[in-house]
Amino acid sequence: MRRTVAALLRKELLIELRSWQSVPGMSLFALTTFVVFHFALNRSSVDGDLAAGILWVTLLFAAILGVNRLFVADAEEGGFDGFLLAPVDRGALLLAKALALLLYLVLLELVAVPAFALLLLGPTLAGTLPSLVGVLALGDLGVAVIGTLVAALAVRTRARDLLGPLLALPLFVPIVIAGARASSPLLAPRGGDPAARWLATLGLYDLLFGLIAYALFDFLLED
Amino acid sequence: MPAVQLEGLARRYGEREALGGVSLSLQAGQSLVVFGPNGAGKSTLLRVLATLLRPHAGSVRVLGKPLPEEAWAVRGRVGLLAHEPLLYRDLTACENLRFHARLHGVALERVERLLELVRLERRCREPLRTLSRGMVQRVAVARAVLHEPELLLLDEPRANLDPAASELVDPLIGAAAQRTRVITSHDPARGLAEADMVLGLRAGRPALLRAAGDVSVAEIAQLYR
Repeated sequence: MRRTVAALLRKELLIELRSWQSVPGMSLFALTTFVVFHFALNRSSVDGDLAAGILWVTLLFAAILGVNRLFVADAEEGGFDGFLLAPVDRGALLLAKALALLLYLVLLELVAVPAFALLLLGPTLAGTLPSLVGVLALGDLGVAVIGTLVAALAVRTRARDLLGPLLALPLFVPIVIAGARASSPLLAPRGGDPAARWLATLGLYDLLFGLIAYALFDFLLED
Repeated sequence: MPAVQLEGLARRYGEREALGGVSLSLQAGQSLVVFGPNGAGKSTLLRVLATLLRPHAGSVRVLGKPLPEEAWAVRGRVGLLAHEPLLYRDLTACENLRFHARLHGVALERVERLLELVRLERRCREPLRTLSRGMVQRVAVARAVLHEPELLLLDEPRANLDPAASELVDPLIGAAAQRTRVITSHDPARGLAEADMVLGLRAGRPALLRAAGDVSVAEIAQLYR
């Protein structure tokens, strides 16, 4: 299983390195959205709940772009069939795709969070950055698992560009709510600790969808 | 034990029946060539045998295993050369074949050997999208035989290949490969020369099933009228 996941992940990253179809698009989208918020709100800085909401909504919409592209090469170039013909655990594909998406989200945040701090955020992130990274990581896990599940479901339909976001967004809502509530104190003027209740909610949601994805993924690949 | 045994196989796409009433038995080491006009169900038959499509009726046994119940035991023992090369255009031939070698647990040295056999060792570090269709087909042939499958499923395997390239892949997918083969073809003369048994399909139904020696080119041509 580990060897298969490594082979799939390696292939995934090679394709992204050659085509640059996901990470640059996601990052550019996030930057543009921050600029739009900057002018639309007509405020030079935001903090607290508003800042957390803007950050999480922007990251999740940017993530949708990556989710939509996740299985495109496999569907269009026959990679699905190539994989299905191999005598390997199909759960390896779920794991490799989720890991790839997780990595894309981390790269997105390496660009988006500093840009957010520069363009919109009032309070400094100096003291709260490690906690914010923790909250983002928990959110990313959920987005990666749900995104992979939804992408695998949508990619085999003709309306995949529409179906992917339509299925993913409602499932991402609890992540936006919990992520924004947990990170709101971190983006407040005086700083603070992330709300434990919302961190636990994020963790449980990740675990729940991890189990659902593992149970369902095999069926999604079946004819 | 037959390598392929079908009894009343049927497969639909929605309401449309793509295959129906297909029954045959193919012994190990034999070659079945399937003829029929476009849309006759040839590719569907190969995809059912490859475990990529479930049969909707009838019984299917491939390499002694019933499908779809024991599809997991058949995967890795069949090699499919489909219309699509099942390769990634942004990866090189080397990267594509190494990827499949890792999935099948095949030593990476075999990749180099196969690239030499299909004479692509010099172009193997270029992305597939920069290669001609014939070259991509040669890589696809290498991919299909990479794990030395017992059963080869070949969908118009010589499409896009010039005569020299066709000769090049002969030791891998031709009679010299000494494997059980199910081949789809539109070339009656070549197909008959390769076949032990011939299946003619028309609108998903068997219109001809006989030993190759008892079939004439004219009978095959009749399928297309």
